[in-house]
Amino acid sequence: MSEQAIKVEGLTKRFGDFTAVDTISFQVEKGEIFGFLGANGAGKTTAMRMLIGLSKPTEGQGFVAGFDINTQAEKIKKNIGYMSQKFSLYNDLTVKENIRFYGGIYGLSKSRISEKTEDILAELRLFEVAKKPVRELPLGWKQRLSFAISMVHDPDIVFLDEPTGGVDPHVRRQFWETIYQQANAGRTIFVTTHYMDEAEYCNRVSIMVDGKIAALDTPDQLKKQFNSKSMDEVFLKLARNV
Amino acid sequence: MPAILAKNISKNYGEIEALKDVSFQVNDGELFGLIGPDGAGKSTLFRVLTTLLLADKGTGEVVGHPIVSEYKEIRKKVGYMPGKFSLYQDLSVEENLRFFATIFGTTIEENYSLIKDIYIQIEPFRKRLAGNLSGGMKQKLALCCALIHKPKVLFLDEPTTGVDAVSRKEFWEMLQRLKEKGIAILVSTPYMDEAELCQRIALIQNGAILETNTPQNLKKSYGHPLYAVKSKDTYNLLKSLREAHYTRSVLPFGEFLHLSTNRPMEIEQIKNDLTRKGFPGIEVKKIEATVEDVFLELSETEALKTERP
Repeated sequence: MSEQAIKVEGLTKRFGDFTAVDTISFQVEKGEIFGFLGANGAGKTTAMRMLIGLSKPTEGQGFVAGFDINTQAEKIKKNIGYMSQKFSLYNDLTVKENIRFYGGIYGLSKSRISEKTEDILAELRLFEVAKKPVRELPLGWKQRLSFAISMVHDPDIVFLDEPTGGVDPHVRRQFWETIYQQANAGRTIFVTTHYMDEAEYCNRVSIMVDGKIAALDTPDQLKKQFNSKSMDEVFLKLARNV
Repeated sequence: MPAILAKNISKNYGEIEALKDVSFQVNDGELFGLIGPDGAGKSTLFRVLTTLLLADKGTGEVVGHPIVSEYKEIRKKVGYMPGKFSLYQDLSVEENLRFFATIFGTTIEENYSLIKDIYIQIEPFRKRLAGNLSGGMKQKLALCCALIHKPKVLFLDEPTTGVDAVSRKEFWEMLQRLKEKGIAILVSTPYMDEAELCQRIALIQNGAILETNTPQNLKKSYGHPLYAVKSKDTYNLLKSLREAHYTRSVLPFGEFLHLSTNRPMEIEQIKNDLTRKGFPGIEVKKIEATVEDVFLELSETEALKTERP
């Protein structure tokens, strides 16, 4: 068991003679909001798939939520939360059915599922629409519901894969506030985004370039290090020098 | 003659009002941005103007042709890049381009000068199937295919969504060069920072246009004192500022919070108040509004209405 939420060393993934992720090492502390950035094709998704137990590293080792990514992938899947814009809720199921479905998938008892359902409906104020198909909800509600459901089994760490793409700027902010809330309550948040202003909301940010972690620090330190005014500038300086 | 003219366009899908009385104009050779989130009605408007969808009400013209009666003329004269990648995945880069050139009765060679800057970036992969390209390269190929018949007007529906910051920047540089060649461009985006790169923009939300103006004038129209505030503990600062008696609104903007106050304030006043409330190392500066500040001010969102039932 490790003290950190994530700890990886020399993590590498090769596809044939192509090295998608090239010996990356980093740690994420408990309760941290950790931003995982990189240009398209830099290896972000491949790295993330190894962290969440969907892909086996070619080399390297690490722990996520206390489990070994080489030997305990199934345990990792059970003990983390995951949300992305592409895969989230079942549109044809109602709000309640979605909660029950995911609660069931994660092996929660019936009584625990009803407790959780009450909690989520109360917290998001969704009682009125609890029996409506998710399809009929505005995007902002769906997104927060999706986030709440990704934590239905109370994981210590949640992975958010581009959770806010294309979303209304109000909703985006509201969403980040719920992220802050969760982090404040001690949950670890691992998030990827293409919005550079959102990178500023993270405690620490790593930037992948060409399969490697080219920079990793607090947004303030990164801006100092790269003599830039914004994270956007930092990102451009790093990613353009490939 | 404007490149695009939309007059009182409305479109419903069943009970959903996708477009509500939308009017605007894009001038000849202008780079015009349609700025708004998912579900605002941007794609529906594009489909109406590119003659792929009939509006329920209203009229429109593209390069002088009415969108209903002369749709065939319009189709010859516009380039359209839909939000979803719509090229043939199982044709190669070169085959896709040749296909679109042929359809429009031209050849790659004839209009090569127009696409050269963009095409040379993907030319090394010209034998690769379009389905196997990276996001940034797909986007460049789609732009080439939309340009190959030398259109007078270019419709780009969210060309930079899901694309990383580097490719986004390169894409906007390409658009600036196309504008200089005299092509009018209507481009939609959910990224507010891209608004600054357009000559004029329309902010769109829930099917209605909130405001049309130059980015500069739009920013000036923000009528309240605005400050950027920063501390180490952003979340608690946000909660604290929300309760302050001088606060109109406070919203996160990257490392800063943007604080709009109900009266002009001295920077020291804000600093002292927050220091007293236990936030050390507070940084405060007076700022000009960004396009995003204006959008947030003008737009109401369904999602927020539920906060106070």
